[in-house]
Amino acid sequence: MTVLRTPGGLSLRFRPRALAVGAGCALLAAGLGVLAVAGGDYPMTPADVLRTLFGGGTPAEEFIIHELRLPRLVTALLVGAALALAGAVFQSLVRNPLGSPDMLGFTQGASTGALVVVVLGGSSLALSGAAVASGLATGLVVYLLTWRNGVHGYRLILVGIGITAILTGVNGYLLTRAPLMDAARAVLWLTGSLDGRGWSEALPLLIVLAVLAPLVLLGCGPALRMLEMGDDTAAALGVPVRRLRMVLLAAAVLLVSFAAATAGPVSFVALTAPHLARRLTRSPGPNLLPAMAVGATLLVGADLLAQRAFTGHQLPAGAITGAIGGAYLVWLLAVQRRAGRL
Amino acid sequence: MQAGPPRLSGTGMTLAYDRRTIAEDLTVAVPDRSFTVVIGPNACGKSTLLRALSRMLKPTTGAVLLDGEDIQRRPARQVARTLGLLPQSSIAPDGITVAELVARGRYPHQGLLRQWSREDERVVEESMTATGVADLADRAVDELSGGQRQRVWIAMTLAQQTPLLLLDEPTTYLDIAHQIEILDLCARLHEEQGRTLVAVLHDLNHAARYATHLIAMRDGRVVAAGPPAEVVTAERVEEVFGLPCRVIEDPETGTPLVVPAARRPAAQLAPEPA
Repeated sequence: MTVLRTPGGLSLRFRPRALAVGAGCALLAAGLGVLAVAGGDYPMTPADVLRTLFGGGTPAEEFIIHELRLPRLVTALLVGAALALAGAVFQSLVRNPLGSPDMLGFTQGASTGALVVVVLGGSSLALSGAAVASGLATGLVVYLLTWRNGVHGYRLILVGIGITAILTGVNGYLLTRAPLMDAARAVLWLTGSLDGRGWSEALPLLIVLAVLAPLVLLGCGPALRMLEMGDDTAAALGVPVRRLRMVLLAAAVLLVSFAAATAGPVSFVALTAPHLARRLTRSPGPNLLPAMAVGATLLVGADLLAQRAFTGHQLPAGAITGAIGGAYLVWLLAVQRRAGRL
Repeated sequence: MQAGPPRLSGTGMTLAYDRRTIAEDLTVAVPDRSFTVVIGPNACGKSTLLRALSRMLKPTTGAVLLDGEDIQRRPARQVARTLGLLPQSSIAPDGITVAELVARGRYPHQGLLRQWSREDERVVEESMTATGVADLADRAVDELSGGQRQRVWIAMTLAQQTPLLLLDEPTTYLDIAHQIEILDLCARLHEEQGRTLVAVLHDLNHAARYATHLIAMRDGRVVAAGPPAEVVTAERVEEVFGLPCRVIEDPETGTPLVVPAARRPAAQLAPEPA
C-alpha cells in the first residue's frame, strides 16, 4: 500500500501491484489490438497500423482501419471491461465467487429479448434494444423476488438460478419457433460475436460505461469493500447498505444488458476476469479496476484467436471465451481443492 | 450523578422483524461513561435492543435518541463517527492482513480525496497497541486464533474512534481464558479511555464482575436496571432466568457471584427409577 499526501491534507492510497497489473493489461491489450487490426483479408504490418493510426495512411488503409477493424477492437475492449466490472460487482454483492451474470439469469434475460426479435423479425437495432430491455426487465424481476428488507446474497443466487432455468427453457422454445436461417443467426448471436461490429454498436456501450464506471469505481468502490465484511459490519461503519446494493445491482444489470446487446452474451468473461485480477493483484477486495483491465484484455485476445487461430474459418469470440473460461474454472477448482479450500 | 439526559437512550420502542414483535414499549438509558451490560435468557430481545441502539433496526414506534436526536434521522456515516458496533458475526475478507482489517475501521472518517491521512495511520496503530495485536500487524487474519481474531475486530471498531461502543456477545465461541482476556480489554477501554461501552453477555457472573450498569431483560421487557450489586439477587435471577440459585460474594472482586442450586440436595441423591 502506497500513500501520496499533499500539504493541503489530501491523501491518496493505492496498491502499486494493482496499478502494475492494470498497466500490464493495458500494454498487452494494446499489443494484441495492433496485431488484430493488422491482420485480416487485407494484411498490414504493425508499422502500417501505427502509421495509419497517427494519420499517415493511404485512403484504403484509413478506411479499413477506422471503419472496419478499429471499431471491432474498441467494441471488444468495451464489452470485456463492462462484463468484467459487472462480474466483479456481482461476486462482491453476493459474496460468492460464482455470482456472475451468467449464473444469475441476466445474460439469459437479455438473450430472450433478442430471440423474440429474431422470431418476429426485426433490424439489428431492434435486436439490441430488445436485449437491453429484457435484460433490465430480468434484473427488475430478480430484484422484486429477492427483495425482503434488502437484497441478500443467497436469495439472489437461488432466485437467479431459478430464473436462469426458466429463461433457458423459454430461449430454447423461441429457437425452435424461428425460421431456420434466423435460428442460425440467433445461435451465432447467443454465442457472442464481435464480427461486423461498427461504431454505431460501440457508442451506446461507451456512453453507459463512461457514466457507470466512475459511479461504481469511485462512488461505490470503497463502500463495496466494507460490504465484504458482512452487512452488519458495513452498516456499523456507516455504509447505507440497502441503497448501495440497489445502486450496484442496477449498475451491474445495465452493464451486462448493454454488453449483451452489443456483442451477444459472451460467456465466462464476467466470471473469469475478476478471479484472474484477484490472483494477479494478490489483494483482497473487489479489485474493480484491475478486473476491468483483465476483462478487456481477455476479450481482445479471445477475438484475435477466434479470427486467426483457425485458417479459413472464423469462430465467434464467445466460443473462445467459453472454452478458455471453462478450462480456467476447472483448473481453479482443482487448485483450490488441492489447497484444501473446497 | 448525571447531569442532563444520557447520550444514548431509547424510549417507548416497539421492536419487530417483519411481523414478529420482539419487544413493546421498551425504554432504556445508557449512562454516560458506563460499562453497561445487557443480560437475559435466550430470545429475550437483548441483541435486538442492541441493533436498535446502533441504528441497524428501526423501531416501529418510539425512537432511539443519540445526543438528543432521533438516530434514524441522522446519516449513517455521521452516526458511525459517534457510535461503533461489533456485530456477532463479521467476515474477514480472504487473505486480508490484521493492519488492513483494522484500517477499514477508518472508513467513516475517509473520503475520495482523504483516503489515508496521518491521523488514520496514528489511530490504527494506537488501536492495535491498545488491543495487543500490534505484533500481528502483517499476519493474515485467517491464520489467527479465535481470541486473537476477536481482538483484531475490536481493534477495527476502536479505529472508528467513537465515544460509544456497542458489542454484541463479544465472548461467544471463545474459551474461558480468552473470554476473560476480552472482558479485561473492555474494562481497560472503559476505564482508561473513558469510552461508554454497551455489551450483550451470556455469562451472568462475567456481567456482574465487569459491568458498572446492568440491564436485565426478559420477554422483551426490562426487568431491572442498575448497579450489579442491586440487580443480581437470588430472587431476580430466578425471576429472569427461571434458575434457582444462591448469590454469594465473588472472593476476587466482591461482586455478586451466582451459584446455581444443585439439582436436589446431596442427601436426597438416589438412583433414578427405571
